[in-house]
Amino acid sequence: MDAYYFTEMPYPYVPEAVEDAYGTSRVLLPNRYCDPRLVADLYNRYLDEYEYADELGLDLMLNEHHQTLTCLDAVVPISAAALVRRTRRARIAILGSPLPHRDNPVRVAEEIAMLDCISRGRIISGFVRGVPTEVQPSNAHPVFTRERFEEAHDLIVKAWTTPEPFNWEGRFWHLRYVNVWPRPYQQPHPPIWITGSSLESVTWVAQHQYTYACFLTPYEWTESLVNAYRRVCQEHGYPEPPPDKFAYLALVYVGETDAQAQEDGKGLLWYLQRRRHKWLNLPPGYVPPDQMAKAYRGVGGKPYAESWEGLQAKGIVIAGNPDTVIERVRYLHERCHIGHLLMMMQAGPMPTEKVRRSMELFAREVYPAIRELGVRQEARVS
Amino acid sequence: MAAATGAATTVELDGVSLELFTGGSGPPLLVLHDYEYLNAWQPFLAALAADYRVLVPSHPGFGRSSLPPTFDAIDDLAYFYLDLLRAQADPPVRVLGLGFGGWIAAEMATRCTHHIARLVLVDAVGIKVSDPTTRDIVDHFVIGPEEYLRLSWHDPALGTARHKLAGLGELTDEELVTLLRNRQSTALYGWKPFLHNPKLRSWLRRIDVPTLVLWGESDRIVTPAYGRVWADAIPGARFVTLPAAGHYPYLEQPEAFVAAVAAFLAAGAPTAPSAAH
Repeated sequence: MDAYYFTEMPYPYVPEAVEDAYGTSRVLLPNRYCDPRLVADLYNRYLDEYEYADELGLDLMLNEHHQTLTCLDAVVPISAAALVRRTRRARIAILGSPLPHRDNPVRVAEEIAMLDCISRGRIISGFVRGVPTEVQPSNAHPVFTRERFEEAHDLIVKAWTTPEPFNWEGRFWHLRYVNVWPRPYQQPHPPIWITGSSLESVTWVAQHQYTYACFLTPYEWTESLVNAYRRVCQEHGYPEPPPDKFAYLALVYVGETDAQAQEDGKGLLWYLQRRRHKWLNLPPGYVPPDQMAKAYRGVGGKPYAESWEGLQAKGIVIAGNPDTVIERVRYLHERCHIGHLLMMMQAGPMPTEKVRRSMELFAREVYPAIRELGVRQEARVS
Repeated sequence: MAAATGAATTVELDGVSLELFTGGSGPPLLVLHDYEYLNAWQPFLAALAADYRVLVPSHPGFGRSSLPPTFDAIDDLAYFYLDLLRAQADPPVRVLGLGFGGWIAAEMATRCTHHIARLVLVDAVGIKVSDPTTRDIVDHFVIGPEEYLRLSWHDPALGTARHKLAGLGELTDEELVTLLRNRQSTALYGWKPFLHNPKLRSWLRRIDVPTLVLWGESDRIVTPAYGRVWADAIPGARFVTLPAAGHYPYLEQPEAFVAAVAAFLAAGAPTAPSAAH
């Protein structure tokens, strides 16, 4: 089991009343509420925390979102670049590049290859379709996000693995000379991870034998996706997928005691409590009409409205003293075959001292007990 | 009034299984519907069917019409409906384009008017008028149905009763899914550039059939000022506004709407447009 430290780099200074007035923390909330002097402090604080995670022996995960106070990491190659020269050991999982929303996939191939070379092969290249509210900032066509994702992916992998110029005249992108310098440090290319929460996405990921990452899904949902991945492997005659093929993102807080973790860990809920604008979250064609109808009827979706206790029961929140967290991670691994634990350990106004203490407890007391989980199982399989 | 109900038929053309409501008798009148709209045999169609054989297709990807995998741009709809007109070629067809349908009708008429007798554009989207920071067309994808009614109806209370919109009032599952599929197809054809073709305005001068541009005075989806730009760009076009009506004047003021359209459609044989407006 590998563990990755993650923060969305929130901007926690906008009053709730302002968010309420605009009905959202994204896209429509005016950037006049963003003070760049405070942002400078935040960036440096968050990057320092990432560096500390590297010192503690954790791997790192970064993501990007656009036009939102929930995530100041708007350009993930920039935060990754800021970290590759200041860290020495950690793998950096970029999860990920929002492919349908990028104007030129070859540029993504170049960014990742360059980071991979500077870091001497410490990059994990995640590709994401982008949440619904990425549609408005990029203005990418919401009806074709899956098709654009797949074409961009095909183009990037070909750009990484073709040792000479080639021509690409596809449906969405036209490039007549693709010949990226540098090539990636890891050959043939960095590990590819894909996020998802649906049977369509898991099928595609399993067919490509990439690592599938579930974010904040309840146990039974994660388990059914993992089992779907396994079924695709069986159908195609691929080997039983090892835990390395599965990543899970949870909100994680380790305290000195269960009581303290239950109290301080609630700071992680900030992310789930942001205002969700009904119509921004339902761009046309993002999901098929029958699924969209369910969303209009208020059926389904991720359990953002769950209670703190409910989120823990579903595995979305892992909080407690080191022993409790070990037990929860072990259960997650055994039930859902997870080999990579992605840990959102900071959210909203959670102070750096608490975040660092939680990281320390995880690294020193939890990690040694769970480190070998996936490895042993994988060894048994092979 | 004849043809209180239009018969729904299915026409196979260009790989599309097309839902087509037809009713009435007389010269053919093609009615192209709008977005945010559930295509059905509305009272204004029944009224027009007194004098015309009214043909009301659901656009490919809308209603019960299929969507071929190659259709993803307004050109596809323009060529498709030109093919449908060619199949009705004798006599030439009057074309009534409503909103999004007005955009399709204009794209057809700038390409070829061999099979078009007269053209009526009603509260049409499709052209860019203002500077880059001004939206000419309301972005209905990020507002709820109540706000949409407020902008698209002179009397939103009337709209609540007459206009089926996703997220508003009681809808059957089939109606809701159809409205959401219509919405997806609207995005398919009109996401970027947003519900317009940057080149269309300059080609409107090619339209050489009598044209009426008809606008709801209270339309705030696309305003009457925007409508006037349409009329100015089409040689000889007349511009008429309807009081106490918004973006859907045929639903809000069906009698006044039908009177204005019928008067224009019935006027004499097709005449050559004047050289300048």
